[in-house]
Amino acid sequence: MAPLPARSGDAVFANIEHVNSELFTLTYGAIVRQLLTDLEEVEEVNKQLDQMGYNIGIRLIDEFLAKSNVSRCVDFKETAEVIAKVGFKMFLGVSATVTNWDTEGTSCSLVLEDNPLVDFVELPDTCQGLCYCNILSGVIRGALEMVSMKTEVTWVRDMLNGDDVYELRVKLLKQVLEEYPYKDDE
Amino acid sequence: MGREVAESCLDGVMIEMVSAYCTRFYATKPELAARRIEAIGYQVGHQLSERYTMERPRFTDHLEAIKFICKDFWSELFKKQIDNLKTNHRGTFVLQDNHFRWLTRISIDPTPESTEASSNDPSVTAENKASQTTNMHLCFPCGIIRGALSNLGIPCAVTADISNLPACSFVVRIKA
Repeated sequence: MAPLPARSGDAVFANIEHVNSELFTLTYGAIVRQLLTDLEEVEEVNKQLDQMGYNIGIRLIDEFLAKSNVSRCVDFKETAEVIAKVGFKMFLGVSATVTNWDTEGTSCSLVLEDNPLVDFVELPDTCQGLCYCNILSGVIRGALEMVSMKTEVTWVRDMLNGDDVYELRVKLLKQVLEEYPYKDDE
Repeated sequence: MGREVAESCLDGVMIEMVSAYCTRFYATKPELAARRIEAIGYQVGHQLSERYTMERPRFTDHLEAIKFICKDFWSELFKKQIDNLKTNHRGTFVLQDNHFRWLTRISIDPTPESTEASSNDPSVTAENKASQTTNMHLCFPCGIIRGALSNLGIPCAVTADISNLPACSFVVRIKA
């Protein structure tokens, strides 16, 4: 019988090294603040956060696979559940819920009610359009790309902008089948 | 016990911050990159120091403040205290961490970054790049210490000394 994802998320989180979440939150906040000062344009900052997230995601997936012992996901639905229950839990200590599947099963929403990245954060009016948590969308996109899924990850709801939850829309664009890297005739 | 997150989140964010500033933003001006990274650290140190000293009375002298950094502050950040504190009693303090967590956890890729137009010195070896990246990373904790002390009313300059790895010494020079 397959293990229940919710339980294994907690177990993995308990078994890895932790750090004071304030240090993490403040570090991230200071980085965003500095990026805003240096890059000036909110769109540029959003792009950089996404890029940084992507770079983190392509490495984080290794740790995730090594420590969580999840078996290969059968389909994208399972992938989304694993991200929400094991992935988020393992790294951020909070679980997300998966909702709003489209009819083809290639697009869904990940909803977070609690987000350590934004503890104590308030956005001033001068930051309209800033996707403060854009690093998260990059992380998911990068991690999934390393397991052969090309996705588009966008923010739908953002508590820093007054919404009631954080909602990420994850859309599977292409599932690239793994190819043996060597040609037969070489 | 406050909230916690996985350490790899913090490591990831720190590595990317250094990488972004050194390779994307100020590739040709490492001095500027270093200053930005230090500034980010300053911000963090200032805010953390504020939070961790809210309930306390003010420190009576510089030594008390430095000891706070060595014990309580360092414990909150790295789950251990500074191992060795030295001073010349004339405003310079050396805080030695025998096993600085961030140096042991951050892996530095020894292969040289793509040079493009940014490197005008063809003899920059991989080793130089690695130590340059390490130094960049260390700007962050130096900034944290400087920010923390600044919040306690002590302006100073902080540099890191890694001549004795894996120990890392932070040299704090208090400005008169």
